Order: sequence, then structure tokens, then C-alpha cells
Amino acid sequence: MAEPLLSVRDLHTRYAVGKQVLRAVDGVSFEVGRGETVGLVGESGCGKSTLGKTVLRLVPSAEGAIVLDGADITRLGDSAMAEHRRRMQMIFQDPFGSLNPRQTIRTVLDTALKVHRQGNRAERERRMAEIVERVGLPADALDRYPHEFSGGQRQRIGIARALVLRPALIVCDEPVSALDVSIQAQILNLLVDLKRDLGLSYLFISHDLSVVRYFADRVLVMYLGRIVESASHATLWRDPRHPYTKALFAAVPSTDPTHKRGAPPIKGELTTDLSSGCRFYSRCPAATDRCRSEEPLLRSVGEGHHAACHFA
Amino acid sequence: MSLLAVENLSVAFPGHVAVREVSFAIEPGETLALVGESGCGKSVTAFSVMRLLPSNARVVSGRILLDGADLMAASPAEMREVRGKKVSLIQQEPMTSLNPVLSIGAQIGEVIRRHEKVSRRAARARCIELLDLVSIPDAHRRIDDYPHNLSGGMRQRVMIAMAVACGPKLLIADEPTTALDVTTQAQVLDLLDDLRRRLSMAVLLITHDLGVVAQWADRINVMYAGRIVEQAAIRPFFARPMHPYSRGLLGARVDVDADEHYSASRLSEIPGSVGSAAGEAGCPFAPRCPMVETACRAVPPTLLAFEAERHVACPVTLEAARDG
Ligand SMILES: Nc1ncnc2c1ncn2[C@@H]1O[C@H](COP(=O)(O)OP(=O)(O)O)[C@@H](O)[C@H]1O
Ligand SMILES: Nc1ncnc2c1ncn2[C@@H]1O[C@H](COP(=O)(O)OP(=O)(O)O)[C@@H](O)[C@H]1O
Ligand code: SF4
Ligand SMILES: [Mg+2]
Ligand SMILES: [Mg+2]
Repeated sequence: MAEPLLSVRDLHTRYAVGKQVLRAVDGVSFEVGRGETVGLVGESGCGKSTLGKTVLRLVPSAEGAIVLDGADITRLGDSAMAEHRRRMQMIFQDPFGSLNPRQTIRTVLDTALKVHRQGNRAERERRMAEIVERVGLPADALDRYPHEFSGGQRQRIGIARALVLRPALIVCDEPVSALDVSIQAQILNLLVDLKRDLGLSYLFISHDLSVVRYFADRVLVMYLGRIVESASHATLWRDPRHPYTKALFAAVPSTDPTHKRGAPPIKGELTTDLSSGCRFYSRCPAATDRCRSEEPLLRSVGEGHHAACHFA
Repeated sequence: MSLLAVENLSVAFPGHVAVREVSFAIEPGETLALVGESGCGKSVTAFSVMRLLPSNARVVSGRILLDGADLMAASPAEMREVRGKKVSLIQQEPMTSLNPVLSIGAQIGEVIRRHEKVSRRAARARCIELLDLVSIPDAHRRIDDYPHNLSGGMRQRVMIAMAVACGPKLLIADEPTTALDVTTQAQVLDLLDDLRRRLSMAVLLITHDLGVVAQWADRINVMYAGRIVEQAAIRPFFARPMHPYSRGLLGARVDVDADEHYSASRLSEIPGSVGSAAGEAGCPFAPRCPMVETACRAVPPTLLAFEAERHVACPVTLEAARDG
């Protein structure tokens, strides 16, 4: 098999919260192939953004390895990291929060290009014009300010800022979660086109299973800092094995009113207490005594299909 | 008589009309969904019913009849009686409505004592009952917790407890689960539905999620740019959404049941954005509409009956539907 674009091995990220240590990412391994979209799904607070930022080295990892294109970038210093940074970009949920309101779109894009020493003035100008058109913004967008754009257009600006650097991997962190449904479809279609035309790979983070189902080739289900199930998108939908994955599916309301739901499949909410057994124990409808004392490890349950449940 | 009848409501902010000629009714005990994208006027409609509009808002026209009495004509003292006792409102972010320095017991107790002459002890006992009612475990212990001790879902349960404390006949839930995870959303909406039945309340459920509407509402009102563009019962609506905007919304949504994947099919888009309607004299959806005709751009279409209980503000669609 060809070498993956990104390979993450046993990654840990810890935050100091007062005197406590929060294990936001707690031993995660996965790969993103060239041209592949890997979806990362889970409830808020489970560690998705932290994982994405750790992979991009925006947050330091405590343990583990991040390998991009065969190069271990886990501990590279700033100058050695520079070219890798260009190749890995991020798109955020709220592009507005990450755009300086006093900078025109040209300044935003040009700054990104200059920081990464991309081309001379004329070359940069050409690339900016190209990318603005490519993401579906009007040509005069370059001379306007972020507040002059609607939410959907701002997300296009966020995408342009990431793409103008010609990256290989993009971490999309809830890129459509803040948008209205009618705009979500526009942005998702755009991301699909860009991926195909530019040969991109995505790590696509979302709490919305229906969006992940549509958008990802392979899906990682995350719970309290760990991957609890991973499979191709088709397998995951046909045959989810982890009770948490099943619960997530069951909770998404269907637009078919005749398809009546049963009682909510799991109780309670994400907690942060990590006991010795299964992390999902306190909410799991299928839990037994064994689950309380013995932690289930991620194991193969089928071709390219892994789950961390004793009974999967 | 309807429990609530909103008649021809228009609300303006300086330089901008947020709600235009909105009329709808809610029957006792039913759940009516109000759906539309952000900025279309859902919250302004809700605040109008509560008479809690921001000071820069002006009610241009309209009556709001609760049990036949016009709330627009009620005095501030009368409105204080109405709020909580006849109509309650819960909002998307409970933290903004809860007082961070008061225990939840104190806050729920305050609501009870505002409307009923009861001792502190009796209020506390009622409060524990209410926390039980909204399925907060260990109610007798939780009652002394502060809002920041609670998870998002638990806070929303506390808001619901406060909202139903004095037995309102109508609960307005303005995006009650938008800030919650899907797993918690299902729990909170099931709770609301259960309370609706047990307390014989009606619910005005404001949401932008058509899945939520399909699962938890009896009827739907679709809003676009300040206007209601379609009204229908749930089954007929989802079997056959009629207004081009309703159809666009349903088509653009990735349905969790459907086996759609980017590698096989594109999502259908609604082009442009709500902002495209700015300055439009006719139908606000005209700039984005695949069926637009010249006449659409002259005057805004009004809601016309298609069948009993079904109204659509689009003459083009209605004509096509009647021609079969
Ligand atoms: N900078 C930070 N400092 C301390 N804790 C953090 C920080 N960022 C996130 N966390 C915590 O780490 C956990 C995972 O957060 P996050 O990665 O944002 O989850 P998600 O993106 O899945 O919602 C949460 O408990 C969150 O509160
Ligand atoms: N306090 C306010 N001042 C000025 N305009 C407002 C205010 N509140 C709401 N609006 C405007 O009214 C319109 C409807 O808003 P709202 O009812 O909050 O929408 P929704 O709840 O459907 O997202 C929007 O265009 C919004 O900008
Ligand atoms: S009235 Fe015309 S423009 Fe408006 S929604 Fe109907 S077809 Fe489209
Ligand atoms: Mg996040
Ligand atoms: Mg609102």
C-alpha cells in the first residue's frame, strides 16, 4: 500500500486545568491517505479540535508521533517545520473569529503567502486572484473587509486563505456547523470540488453524523479522547459495532415523520471522569460488570473495521 | 378558539422590517414548529408574543390573542402575570437566562413565589418536585447547585423546570437544543414532549432543523425573510413540501437515512443567501428561486389555501400543483 499522507501514532495531548491534568487526546492512532477524506465525529468536548490542532502542531503533543509524507514532524523546530506548516492548513467553524476585521481580504491572503515566502509580488497577486475565483467569491472581494460578507462567503474566505498556500492536507474543523442548511450544501459541494480538482486530503471534523456520512471516505468515532470505532463510511453505516456509534446514529432525527424514534438510546452526557474500565460504561445500554473493571482496547472486528467494545 | 392567534404581526427595527404580516394560530396541546434560517424573524416573533422585544423594535401592526385577549393591549402588570403563568419562554443558551450567583433552587423558587403565595418551605418542596419532573437526578441535592455546576443539558432542564413551574398553557421553546449535542437533544425534546402531554401545554418549537420538526412537531410554519411562506401538518409537509424554499431546504439537507455520498451525488444547493432579498419588491425568495416568474417580482405573494390546513405563499407552485 502506498505511504499515507499523514500517519498519527499513539498521540497524546494534555492540558493543565488548575492542578488537574486533562487528557484531551489520549492515545490516538490513524492515517489519512492521499486524496482521502477521514471524518472525525463525536460529541462536543470529546477532543476533536484538540486532535486536529495537535496534528497541525498548533498545540503541543505530550507523546506519540505525527508523520507527514514520511517525515516525522513531531518535534521539528520552527525553521524545519516551516515547509510542513504550509502543507497542512486548517479551516475553522467561525472564519470571522480568525479574520482580522481591519484587514482586507487581499492583506489576509498576501500575509499568508508572505509568511510562507511564496512567490514575488506579481506571482502572489496572480495566485490570490485565482483562488478567490476558485472558491466562488466575486473578483472585487480582495479589496473588501470581512464584515462586508455573509456567513457563507466568510467561510469561502477561510477556505481561500487555507488553499492559497497550496497545501496537501486540510483539517476542516466543523466548517459548516455555524451555517444555515441552505449554505451548508454550497460549502460542502465546494469542498468536494476542491478536493477532486486539487488532489487534497481532508481530516473532516464534525459533530454532525449526517454530514460526516455524506462527506467522509472513512470515519473515526471519538469518545473522551480515544477512537472507539473506525471503519469505511459504508461499513460504519451498515454495521456499526460500538454502542456509542449506534447511539449517535439513533439520536439523529430523521426527516421522515413516519420513522418514529424509540426512547433515547443513551442517558446522561459526556463526563470527564476516566475510570478504570470502559469510558462509555456509565452511559452504555449494553454494559456489564466486565466493562466496569476492564478497559476494552481498539481491536479489529472486520476488514478495515475497528471497535473498542468487549462485545463489538 | 385557538390558544394563541397571531394576526398580521409586523415588527420593525430602525431601517429594517424583521417580521412581515405574520399570522398563525396554536391550538391547545399541540406542538407547532416555526422553522427558517437565522435572521428570518423567529426570535422576534417569539419576543413579540412575550412582549419582550428590544427597545429599538417597533410593532408596526398586529394583534396577539391569547385565549382571546389581546396581549398587545395588556398593561405591564398584566404581562407580568401572563409571563410564566400563561406563556413561558426558554432560549437556546440557558446560561444567559440563568443567574450565575443564585442556586437553581433559589431561581426556580423565585418564579413560583412571583405567581403564588407560598412559604419558602413549600416553594422548596415544589422545586424538588419540578427538578424530578424534568428528570434531574438527586433533585434534593441538586437544588443547591449553581448553574456552572451543571452540564448544558442539565441547565436546559432547569430552564424547562422554571418555565413550567406555574403551569403555562403555552411554552415557547426558541432553539432549545441548538447548543446541545444530538444525544442530549433527543433527551431534552423527549422531555418537552412528555411535559406537553402531562401538563396539557401547547409548544411553539422554534428550530432550524427539519429533522427536529419531523420528529417532534404536529404542524409546521416555514419562515423566510420575515414572512411565513408555508403552513402545513407534518405528514403532508414532509411527503410533499410545496413552497420552493421548503423544497430547497429539504433537498439541501443531508438526510441521515438516505444513502448519499459525495462520491455518487452532489447536494442540491439553494443559490445565493438570504441577503439576496434586500431591496426585493416582490417575493423575498425570488432571487434564489428556481421557479421564479416575472410576476413574482412585482408584489410579495400572500399565503393561499391549497388544501384545508395547508397554505403556501407561491402562486406559481399552487398553479402547477392544481394542474396536477
Ligand atoms: N486550551 C485548553 N485548555 C484547557 N482545556 C482545554 C483547552 N482546549 C480544550 N480543552 C478541553 O479539552 C477537551 C476537548 O476539547 P476539544 O478538543 O475542544 O473538543 P471538541 O472539539 O471535540 O469539542 C474539553 O474537555 C475541553 O474543555
Ligand atoms: N436588537 C435588534 N436590533 C436590530 N435588529 C435586530 C435586533 N434583533 C433582531 N434584529 C433583526 O431582526 C431580524 C430577525 O431576527 P431574529 O428574529 O433574531 O431571527 P431568527 O431568530 O430567525 O434567527 C434579523 O434581521 C435581525 O438582524
Ligand atoms: S412566488 Fe415565485 S419567486 Fe417566490 S417562491 Fe414562488 S416561484 Fe419562487
Ligand atoms: Mg471542536
Ligand atoms: Mg433566533
